[in-house]
Amino acid sequence: MDVFNLIFSFLYQFGDAFAFLVLSACGLAVIFGMMGVINLAHGEFIMCGAYVSTSAAQAGLPLALAIVAGAVAAGIAGMVVELLVIRPLYQRPLDTIVATWGISMIVTQGTLIVLGPSMQGVGTPFGSFAMGGYSYSAYRVLLMAAAVGTLGLLWLMFTRTRFGLLSRATIQVPHVAEAMGVNTNLIYSLTFGLGAALAGLAGGLYAPTMTLVPTMGASFMVEAFVTVVVGGADIFLGTAPAAVVLGVIKAALTGWQGQLAGQIGLLIAVIVVIRILPRGISGKILKERA
Amino acid sequence: MLKRSKSAVSALGLLLLAGTAFAQDAEPIRLGVLEDQSGDFALATIGKVHAIRLAAEEINAAGGIDGRPLELVEYDTQSDNTRYQEFMRRVLQRDKVDAVFAGFSSASREAYRPIVNQFDGLAFYNNQYEGGVCDANMIVTGAVPEQQFSTLLPYMIEKYGPNVYTIAADYNFGQISAEWVRNIVAENGGSMVGEEFIPLGVSQFSQTIQNIQGAKPDFVVTLLVGTAQSSYYEQAGAANLNLPMASSVNVGQGYEHRRFTPPSLKDMYATVNYVEEIDSPASKAFVEKFRAKFPDEPYINQEASNSYAAVYLYKQLVERAKSTGLGDIRKVIAAGDVCVDAPGGQMCIDPKSQHVSHTIHLAHVTGDHSIEFPAKWDAIKPYWLGEAGCDLTESDPSAQYTPSNPPPAKG
Repeated sequence: MDVFNLIFSFLYQFGDAFAFLVLSACGLAVIFGMMGVINLAHGEFIMCGAYVSTSAAQAGLPLALAIVAGAVAAGIAGMVVELLVIRPLYQRPLDTIVATWGISMIVTQGTLIVLGPSMQGVGTPFGSFAMGGYSYSAYRVLLMAAAVGTLGLLWLMFTRTRFGLLSRATIQVPHVAEAMGVNTNLIYSLTFGLGAALAGLAGGLYAPTMTLVPTMGASFMVEAFVTVVVGGADIFLGTAPAAVVLGVIKAALTGWQGQLAGQIGLLIAVIVVIRILPRGISGKILKERA
Repeated sequence: MLKRSKSAVSALGLLLLAGTAFAQDAEPIRLGVLEDQSGDFALATIGKVHAIRLAAEEINAAGGIDGRPLELVEYDTQSDNTRYQEFMRRVLQRDKVDAVFAGFSSASREAYRPIVNQFDGLAFYNNQYEGGVCDANMIVTGAVPEQQFSTLLPYMIEKYGPNVYTIAADYNFGQISAEWVRNIVAENGGSMVGEEFIPLGVSQFSQTIQNIQGAKPDFVVTLLVGTAQSSYYEQAGAANLNLPMASSVNVGQGYEHRRFTPPSLKDMYATVNYVEEIDSPASKAFVEKFRAKFPDEPYINQEASNSYAAVYLYKQLVERAKSTGLGDIRKVIAAGDVCVDAPGGQMCIDPKSQHVSHTIHLAHVTGDHSIEFPAKWDAIKPYWLGEAGCDLTESDPSAQYTPSNPPPAKG
């Protein structure tokens, strides 16, 4: 009985860390991992999703629809940013750092000025359940399911739909794709929008569990970048296994020695991975396959 | 952690001249205001800036300080310690202000304090903190642990039981406050069943909540700082942790009870020297004045009240000293009778430590997140520094002490 509880509590904590890593990182994996845009405004797309979904929920929309609305809003914002700022910078990754950092500061401070320092949350739904002397939040189990579901849907989208095919073709060999009649500008825009929408989805999903402030995106950034860097360019061969490995490290160290140890563990993991697998987990797998 | 810094420096020189009440030759008294108007701490500190503007406007409308208008020199320190150092040098060297009101986090105070010492300036730190700063260049108007914990913890131990779990922000404030909690819990016959330090910026608390459940405390002392860490309450509520909480820093600063959905802060007890719910004529008048000038202010917190009262303390010091010189002002402080009626109760400066006495109110957050005040302690003095051997009327060590690192014994 005690062993079962111990295993369950570790699995719950691992799942919780895994969900946070996957949902934080998915959008960045598309924009940074696939497209090569070092997006320092990733946290602000998350914040956008959180604010829009909370406002929608407060206006009376059911929470699930409100979260979708947050993702859509962030996606549209992403396409606008792509059109106005990112498009001339595709071959200049270092310049994207400065541009997206600027966007991040403008959005954070603009939100503070226009909407004030904080926003009232909607509260975490579904209550809690108890198991062996511990009680757990039920909503966080749903977050784990959402993380797995998001990975599944992305896999279907990139491997089974025409958009997925065109998107991969455009990003791998843009000139050939263009010669074959693909509207590459549109595909870039949609792919960037997808990445922003995934960030918005993370914001919407975590909004009920967090404090809603203009700087909230910053608390996702370390986990997002660590996961994408460890994972490498491919979402399915990279982000997912990276989140599994990092989730185990984080849950084990946090449970053993507290939050500080968990944070240190994540950062040491990324240093080690960069040293021995400079192109991340997926780079290693793809190289061996080739 | 990615920090937003550089650029976007909003240097706002605010001239608050009310009418033309001042004589042509009355040179203004310049007050530097270094507070975080953006970044992680902005939520708790924008109200401080507004309170200072309100006090300055009132003072100027009533004829200024000794006939001289009060002029504010504001900089946004962006919740960034290096900005504090940069702007502290700028206000003292280039802007040549007479006094500075500066700082929210203890890390930023310790970042700028050596610069105030270097230029022999006068800085007011209008924030509750972990205590122990024995520095003649500083006047501290916030409450300190002996005022907040020596009242709060015996109450909690008697009401809920002796087993205590502390979660604290992992920097000087949290570490030293946690040391105070350990000492005062032990003095009152309680015991610590756990302690965890959380890095600033952490927002996910699932494992921490489980660690607390495993240790089975009677109540949790939360010393969480910054907006990211305040996600703890929502997550602890969702996991049905359902333990009473005690804090020296929450509610009074970050108004978590207004930001989170009830009942996530149910049975949070905080010792504050002011919150806007205090039901006294002085408090109500303050809230009314504040909201008349800043109708969109989300909450008038303890630090706003401290900052407001500090402007009046400074006014009294300058008028009695007939000078803005630090030496003259400190002679007035040494008299030991510098008091103002702050919105939460009387504040008097203690000459030995240059900290102030407070009326401490126990704020209890109920199930629907309204506040009730089950206890109040009048004129609680910041006694520890003076008793431990800090006496600024005799010597100025410009150091910060803790219970495990007290002032050296005189020899």
